[in-house]
Amino acid sequence: MSRVLTPIAVLGALTLSALAALGRLAIFTGQTFAHMIRPPFYLKEFGAALMNVGYFSLPVIGLTTLFTGGALALQIYAGGARFSAEAVVPQIVAIGIVRELGPVMVGLMIAARVTSSIAAEIATMKVTEQIDALVTLSTHPMKYLTVPRVLAGIIVVPALVAVGNIIGIMGGWAVAVGTLDFNSATYLQNTADFLETSDIMTSLAKGAVNGGIATLMGCYYGMNSGRGAMGVGKATKGSVEAAAVLILAANFILTGIFFTS
Amino acid sequence: MIRLENVHKAFGDNRVLRGVNLHIPKGESMVIIGGSGTGKSIALKSVLGLVTPDSGTILVDGKDARSGDKDAFLARFGMLFQGGALFDSLPVWQNVAFRLMRGSLKRPAEEARAIAVEKLRRVGLKPDVADRFPAELSGGMQKRVGLARAIAAEPEIIFFDEPTTGLDPIMSGVINDLIREIVVEMGATAMTITHDMSSVRAIADKVAMLHDGVIQWTGPVADLDNSGDPYVAQFISGSADGPIEAVR
Ligand SMILES: Nc1ncnc2c1ncn2[C@@H]1O[C@H](COP(=O)(O)OP(=O)(O)O)[C@@H](O)[C@H]1O
Ligand SMILES: [Mg+2]
Repeated sequence: MSRVLTPIAVLGALTLSALAALGRLAIFTGQTFAHMIRPPFYLKEFGAALMNVGYFSLPVIGLTTLFTGGALALQIYAGGARFSAEAVVPQIVAIGIVRELGPVMVGLMIAARVTSSIAAEIATMKVTEQIDALVTLSTHPMKYLTVPRVLAGIIVVPALVAVGNIIGIMGGWAVAVGTLDFNSATYLQNTADFLETSDIMTSLAKGAVNGGIATLMGCYYGMNSGRGAMGVGKATKGSVEAAAVLILAANFILTGIFFTS
Repeated sequence: MIRLENVHKAFGDNRVLRGVNLHIPKGESMVIIGGSGTGKSIALKSVLGLVTPDSGTILVDGKDARSGDKDAFLARFGMLFQGGALFDSLPVWQNVAFRLMRGSLKRPAEEARAIAVEKLRRVGLKPDVADRFPAELSGGMQKRVGLARAIAAEPEIIFFDEPTTGLDPIMSGVINDLIREIVVEMGATAMTITHDMSSVRAIADKVAMLHDGVIQWTGPVADLDNSGDPYVAQFISGSADGPIEAVR
């Protein structure tokens, strides 16, 4: 091949492999949802996934959103002061947290905490022939491993986003009242007056999408893991990268759909 | 009962199976021997559909293994994996009783547990192992739990992938006797992979030697010592000299 064309060929090959990967992911996603609506259902696995994705994620989500809300209040105050608009702190904190930062922070924390652990667990099961063993015991790995986790992600992450939103707003409130001389009752009143139901609904919808992405990526990379400890490591790394990128991309797209009209 | 015809399987340019032909009649115990990495596990997994062969046919009871109801097909099999492949999130007894706790063979938990404890006893494990987790057991104990799981639902066809590797000689003897017993008592058809010549003599009705991707020799275990096949002769004597290269 001529030297001029080589970069183009490389670009073409990269594009093709990216499209193929996207196709495999789409097929995996389709299969997951198809299995979700057909029995058997594994309730015990679903319960365990709810605990792991939801309940045990509360501490890290509480802390990250708390500090985010606090920092946001400080920044808006400092930035607003440049054109004498310090008073908008409660409104901007509320909208910033609920519309963007709550779902995004929660999504990224779930990617860090849950996606990685799902990918590592399933990849290890693959490497140690446990997935093969499931098949020989007449249990579909997708039904037994993927469906409970993805369903738990879609259901429970919106609840985490709701908790994260509240704690994030309270972080802003604590900073505003504690160090910026805001009146506590007025701050909360302004927040409540400013937020609309649609803000909250879109926030929760973003949560469901992020929960689905995070758990799907963990399962997909785990199930497609290579062999050995290196395979598990690669699967884990890949799952978190993919989940983080897709969560931010989906957030951008959803913001475009929800808030530009 | 199980028939492999001209089965090929390659991973990239690693051509593992290059035309395997093998027949195992009902109720017979076939032992496959061969160096490590020659594709013995891959051959077993192709029968179960865990690995899809590139070409060739696999028949079980005269029917293509990949046609028909997959659940009903797999329900006839028990498989001991080379590494045990126990589910480390479940206690030992739930591993053993896995098949008895869900799907078409589901039964009450106490009954499933009682069966699990009984199967554990048969592989030489005490009842108190039942509530431990796989990670708390030694490699040999895990292997035996895997064996108990393979026989828990009393399958018609049982595959054992290196059942005695990693066990002490006494426990190997126990497991060899057990496998023989299962084949005789339950009338099961068995396919066992092993490197352990004492296992071969204890378990096998017939022996097949896999090398270079094909079955080099197959015959009754009585003929093993004067097979006239240089591969078999070298393998059972454990000699470094012969047609099988020591470096592969
Ligand atoms: N999933 C896989 N991907 C790539 N190569 C594999 C895979 N499984 C097995 N192999 C290769 O196939 C060959 C045979 O493996 P195996 O059947 O496990 O050997 P053994 O006879 O020791 O049981 C080995 O060279 C192994 O590296
Ligand atoms: Mg093997």
